[in-house]
Parts: sequence; C-alpha cells; structure tokens
Amino acid sequence: MKRLFLLSLFMLAAATTYAGGYRVSLQGQRGLAMGHTGVAVVNNAELAFFNPAGLVFLENKINASVGVSAVFSDVVWQNDEFGQVERTDSPVGTPFYAYFSYKLNDRLSLGLAAYTPYGSAVEWDKDWAGSHLVNDIELAAIYVQALASFKITDNLAVGGGPIYVSGSVNFNRNLDRTLSDFEGNRTNVTIDASNVSAFGWSAGAMWSPVDSLRIGVNYRSEILVEAEDGDADFENVPNSPLTPFSDTQFDATLPLPAELSIGVSYQLNEQWLFAFDYNRTFWDVYNSLDVDFANPNIPDSFNPRAYEDSNNYRFGVQYTANETFTLRAGYYFDGSPVQDGYFAPETPRNDSNNFTGGLSINVTDNVAIDAAFLYSRFKEIDATYSPDPSEFPDYEGAPFGGTYKSSAFVPGLGVTIKI
Amino acid sequence: MKNYFKYMAILALGIVSCEPELENSIEDGDVYTNGEADFSNYVALGNSLTAGYADGGLYVTGQQNSFPNILAEKFSMVQETGEFLQPLVNDNTGGLLLGGNQITQNRFVLAVGANGPSPARYTGAQPTTEVSNKLSGPFNNMGVPGAKSYHLGAPNYGSVAGVAAGTANPYFARFSSSESATVLQDALAQDPTFFTLWIGNNDVLGYATSGGVGEYQETETNPALYADGDITNPVIFNAVYGQLASSLAETADGVLINIPDVTSVPFFTTVPNNALALDAATATQLTQYFQAVSGVLTQVLIGQGVPAPQAQALAGQYAITFNEGPNRFLIDTPVTQTNPLGFRQMTEEELLVLTIDQGALASGYGSVQFTQAVGEVIAVLQAGGMPTEAQVNTLFGAVSGIDDKDVLDSEELANIKDATTKFNNSIQTYADQFGLGYVDANALLTQLDNGGISFDGGSVNSNFVTGGAFSLDGVHLTPRGYAIIANAIIDEINATYGSNVPKANVGAYGTVTLSQDVQ
Repeated sequence: MKRLFLLSLFMLAAATTYAGGYRVSLQGQRGLAMGHTGVAVVNNAELAFFNPAGLVFLENKINASVGVSAVFSDVVWQNDEFGQVERTDSPVGTPFYAYFSYKLNDRLSLGLAAYTPYGSAVEWDKDWAGSHLVNDIELAAIYVQALASFKITDNLAVGGGPIYVSGSVNFNRNLDRTLSDFEGNRTNVTIDASNVSAFGWSAGAMWSPVDSLRIGVNYRSEILVEAEDGDADFENVPNSPLTPFSDTQFDATLPLPAELSIGVSYQLNEQWLFAFDYNRTFWDVYNSLDVDFANPNIPDSFNPRAYEDSNNYRFGVQYTANETFTLRAGYYFDGSPVQDGYFAPETPRNDSNNFTGGLSINVTDNVAIDAAFLYSRFKEIDATYSPDPSEFPDYEGAPFGGTYKSSAFVPGLGVTIKI
Repeated sequence: MKNYFKYMAILALGIVSCEPELENSIEDGDVYTNGEADFSNYVALGNSLTAGYADGGLYVTGQQNSFPNILAEKFSMVQETGEFLQPLVNDNTGGLLLGGNQITQNRFVLAVGANGPSPARYTGAQPTTEVSNKLSGPFNNMGVPGAKSYHLGAPNYGSVAGVAAGTANPYFARFSSSESATVLQDALAQDPTFFTLWIGNNDVLGYATSGGVGEYQETETNPALYADGDITNPVIFNAVYGQLASSLAETADGVLINIPDVTSVPFFTTVPNNALALDAATATQLTQYFQAVSGVLTQVLIGQGVPAPQAQALAGQYAITFNEGPNRFLIDTPVTQTNPLGFRQMTEEELLVLTIDQGALASGYGSVQFTQAVGEVIAVLQAGGMPTEAQVNTLFGAVSGIDDKDVLDSEELANIKDATTKFNNSIQTYADQFGLGYVDANALLTQLDNGGISFDGGSVNSNFVTGGAFSLDGVHLTPRGYAIIANAIIDEINATYGSNVPKANVGAYGTVTLSQDVQ
C-alpha cells in the first residue's frame, strides 16, 4: 500500500504546476501538498486561511502554523515572424504565512493570520521586444487578519474576521516601442507605491453531516488597493517639449479580487483522507489598470486587462502512514482569468495543470515539519495583447504577441505546532 | 520495481526540465533554415545607406540601426554566424574631426522653435570622432558614406592623408586596412560567405542634390575627371559595377540592391514648386508687371529690328498670368535666342531642393523683387511714356528667378531618369548573370512616396519629418525606413535561396530624434 502510494505520488510529480492572474495559491504547506485544498479539511492552523470556521474543530488549545515557499517561475516567449526569443529572469518569490489560533472554550476559538495570497514578480530583459508593456513588475500584498470561529452546533461552525492589507507595487515599462533620448536610451517610467493600506474581510462555514464527511464554504472579500500619490519616475526622456514627461505622482487602483471556495473532504479510514475544492476568483473587477498622473501634461496611462472570473478545481489526498509520517499529493486545474487578445507579458498566465506533493513529519507530539512542492506546467500558447479598440478607445499601444510557455516550481517548508 | 525506476526517471526529468521549452524552438534551430545561402560571414558593401547614415551625419545609434546590422541580427537567428562588426563612430553628434578640426557637420535633430518642430543641427556636444584614429578591422559593414560606384575599387580612397587633399573619403579613411586599400579589397579579404551590394545612388544623387549644376557624363570615360555633382557615365557604371559584382559573386552568395529614383525622396518633394501664395491684389500686380515686361520687350526687340509679329511672339512668353492662391515660381534659365531674358515659370513636374532658402522665397526669390524704382517704371509705362534704357534694365532686373542649384528642371530630371534607368538595367542584368538576389529599392521608395507602407502600429510614407521613413536630411532613411529595406532584402533572400530568415518588426524601429540642444 505504501509503495503504491509512493508510486502515485511520483506519477503526479512527473506530470506537471500555479494560479491565474497574480493570485499565488501557497497559503499552507499541508493544503498545498493536497492540491491547495482545505476549505473542508480540519488539519492544522492553516484553516485560518482556508476556512476560519474550522478553527474551532481543531483538537488542541493552541495551534500555530508558519511556512514559506520559494517560487521559481520562468516564462519563455518567442516570436517566429521576427525571430525573437526572451526568457524571464524573475527573482525568486517568497510568499509566506503565519497562523495562530487559541481555543477560548469549546465553542469559540480566536485567531490571528498573516499571509500573502496575491503577488507577482516578473522580470524581462530590459528593452526587450515587449518592453512597451512591461520590463519588470513586482506586486506584493500582505494580509493580516483577526479571526473568530464559533461552533453553532457540534457539527456546524462559522468563522471569519476583518482583513488589513498592506500592498505595494513597482512597475517599469518603456513608454512605447521606440521613444529614446538622444543617446538612444529608451524612455521608460517606473511607478512605485508601497505601504498602501486597504481593508476587507473573510467568512466561512463548516458542516459535518456525518463524522467522516465535512463540507466547507469560505468567502474572501474583494479588496481594492488604492495607491495615492505614488512615485512616477520617468527616465531617458528626450529633451523636447514634444515629450513633456517628468517625475510626478500618480494614483492607481489595483484590485485584489474576491474568492469563493466550496469544498468537501472525506475521511475514508484512519489512513486515507480525500479532499475536493472549487474556487472561483472574481477577476472580472480587473478591467484596466489606469494610472492617473498628477502632472496634467502627462497623458494618463491605460493598461486594459479585461480579466474574467476564473475557476479552479482542486483534488487532494492524504495518507497517514504512521505516527511520524503523513504523505500528501494533489492536483489542481487553474483556470486563467486572461482572455484572448489580452495576454500581457506582465502576468503571462494561461490555464495550467498543477501537481503537488508533500509530507509532514511529526518531530514531537507538538511539533511537525511540513514540506510541500508544487510544479505548474502551462500549455504552450500562441497569444497576443491587442485590446479591442471599441472597448478600450483610450489604449494606444501597439499589439504584441508570440508563443509563450511558463512553468513554475515551488518548494515550501513549514512548521505546525499544537499544544 | 521496473515501473518504480521508470517513474523515478520521469520525476527526475520533471525537475530538470523546469525551464520551459517550446516545441518549435528558435534557439534549438527548429524554426528557420538558411536554405542554399550561408550567412556565417556577411559583408555589406555600399554607401551611406549601407553605413546607416541618417539625419545628415553618421552616428552610433544610426549605425546600430543600419540595414546590414538588422539583417545580421536576423541571420544570427537562422544559423551560427560570426559577430557582425561595424566601424562605429565615437558618438551621436554625427560630426567628424580631422586633426582636431571638424570636417563634417553635426547631424540634424527635430527641435521645436517658434514656428513649431523643424530640423536643426545638433549643438549639444562637440564631435569626438577623429578620422586619423584608425580603427582596426576588418569590419563586416563596409558602407562608406559618399562613395560612388567607381570609388569601391579605387586605391587610396581610404587614405587619411588624402582626406585633407580631397582625394580620399574620411569615413573609409577611419577603417581602411591601409592607406592604399580599396573598399572591395578589404571586403574580399574577409572571405565573405554572403554579401549585399547597394552602390550607385551617389552616381546620380550628387547631381540631383546640387540642383543639376553638374554634368551628365555621357562620353567621358575617366571617372577621375568627374566632379562630385556629375552623373557617372552609364557605360562606366556598367563596367565598374560588373567588376564589383563578379568579384563578390565568385565566392559568395548575395543580393544586389538597385537605385531608387532620387527625385522621389523628401529632399525634392517637400518644398512645392507652387508655394508662391498670392492674394488677389498681389496677383494682379504681378500680372500687370509681366504684361509690362512683355510689352517693353516687344518694343525693345522691334527697336532692334526684329519684325513685329516675331517680337510679339517672343515677348509673349513673359506675359505670365498670376492668380489668387498658389502659383508656380519662376526659375532662371540660360539666356538663349528663344528665351532672351533667361527666366520662365516652373513646369508642374519640376522640383525644388529641400535646402532652398525658404525665407528668401517668402520675400520675392522665385518671383519679382519690387522696389520703388520698379514701381516708378511701371508708372511711366501706365502713363503711356517710354522708359529709358536704364529704366528697362531696372524693370527686367526685378525678376528674381530661382537659381539652377535650387531646382531640378525638366532637362535635369530627364538626365536623372535616364541614368537611373540605365544603372538599374545594369544591376538587374548582373543579378541574373551571377544568380544573385535583386531588390527593387526603386519600387519600394516609389511606394513610400505613393501611399506609404503599413505595419502593425501604423504606416510610413515619404513625407518629410512626419512620414517616418526618411530622416531629417530628406535623403537618408530612419531606422524604421532601414527596417523596411531590410525586410525587402529578406524577402528576396528567402525567395532566391530557399531560406526563411525572419523579418524585422518595422514598428519597433524609431524615426526621428527629438532634442532642443540646437542653436
């Protein structure tokens, strides 16, 4: 049985894995190892993210879980017509999480959570063929949340709490495909805003109709990160009144979309646990990234996105081998919010198949090490960025396209403590 | 257990192949083929158009966007190629120094002045390219600004000592392998596997830009006796070009590029020949003036014993009528028996050069310079009086026809057309004879002048400053214009040699450079 499981784990690993848009589904090594399921799984403090309603079902009085992942993601782009090839040289992303819950009494648990569900770091070669869309971009959003989990009946609980977000964005692109200063250096702009605060909330419910079966639902609200008076830094601007670009401030709104999760888990026996989650991320809110420059002489920048709501389907399995080892594997399909004609190299994400695996080692009765990995493989895709002028009349950029292929490999490590 | 290993192997592969790989990868050589051509050592021969000259100067960013450099970059995606070396100048000012003294002017930039954007010479920095600082080659781009067909095989054309004497070319002197080396020798010494040859433009362009002041050499066979502004004898061109093409084709594949009709470039199409804009009063005044000229001349001729009908016919050509609105300018012509006053109105197809003094045009150059004295003569005539001989001279002398150097008249245009046609016939014949590609740049530039060429982000045409194809000197191309040439050459290469070299993305190449660093 054990060997069989190992085989299936390897098989999954060998196939292919990551999340659409700039959603980064790495909010718990145990959940991640099971295809990032967890809205209906009672396992450890990761519930603070997946479904705070479940916190009150945790057996121990104090539960904590922290972890970090290393995102190695690469994109290759090629244009056959013009003989161009580029590969991203993106920095390693390090999304993290830290969860804590405390059982006040049998019916009520309180918790605290910090996690990074949205982020992106993509770095192309400076002045590459798509530099009028992006040279490099780094988005980060840290969620900090206070939680309460309340047991209504023995098999039904609700939970949730307010979220505070601290967001930052740093985005550099060339103004267009050709503009340069006298020495031939390309004119570019960096917009930078950090410590931008915003608020939201999440709430969930968990119900166990029978002991072996749990059903969960969780909703995290949309949060609009509104950058005000961020810094816009124009470089290599030609010395000419025809190009009136100079450093200024900007306002822009970056949406962190709402997410609805519905899931079910089934405990077959002491060894085997199966989980299925469905997520819908309400990307529709991300229609256009509009940058409003304070200097009235500088035309505002419109970056059409036209994202649409996306769906994820997640499957996970957990095998408790013995008192020390627990093995996990999972798969999820990650639907991309990016539509035809809006495939921008800033978040080059098409649909992906994601394979996960991992294990926990119980070092003591109170401490476990959680390891997980994720491998995302994307289908090769021929795609363009050429916003529909009838929908985005203000967009003036040139079309850009080619063949893309992305991949991501994400190992992660965490610690679970229960006292 | 066997399966176990199999899955282990797949797992290992899965982790190793973390870098995404495309099914048909350019890097892996899956996409392009060089066909029958070998691009491994490409050498480009030619003049300013090959060198990447633009905006009235040779400067680094222009050279980086030369069509040979664009081609070489695309060739390097198709097969393993050597580095494509260009004799880069030192800066972006466009000027050259010889012994510390500036010998060529700085380039143009587009500067916004009181009357809006217009080209001006860049003055933001001193040029630092010293001709006598010889570069050590060899260089793949052997484009030499100013070179005519017969210069490529001319010894001492790259002599630094000859530059001051006016017998050598400063651009070639910078990188010639020796004082006596020829461009062709330096090219052949590199054992090129592939070449482009675009030469002959200057064999007619010099004549055209100087307003056809030079001569169309139809009998003289010694190029050493030609002036800069002469048109090369087509027989000599044919012989010289044949030598160039045959030497190159002996060991290399390549492409010959023909000569555009130089009169289709903005240098000749920007200043309209009917820019004499008149209000009704001025038109009437001019018409009356020329009636007076015609009448007086008739009397003068009759006085000289010319029969009246003949005198009237001869003088009648000067009774030019002007209308409110645009009118064509007057040009000076040689004084002949049939045109005794030596001027006439321009015909519809005749052209003015870009460098004509437009301020002068606005103040009577190309029409009549009215003075008080002229007005007095006209008053005398209108009163029915007879002007004195001095007054007649004053009257006739007020005509200010445009000088020969500023205009291409119909005869000069015919010379240009004749020579261009003959040159291109030669080029095409040699392309056929040696099995080389033949690019019709003439047709391409004509297309730019007639509607333009579109690309994914817009279109380019021959309009000066705004068209996108021509740089601010009105003759040479912008990076975008050079990219269009490169694409035409690539099309021809692919058709001739069965290759599929990728194209240049025209919209990603710039046009004119903006700067206020001008005087």
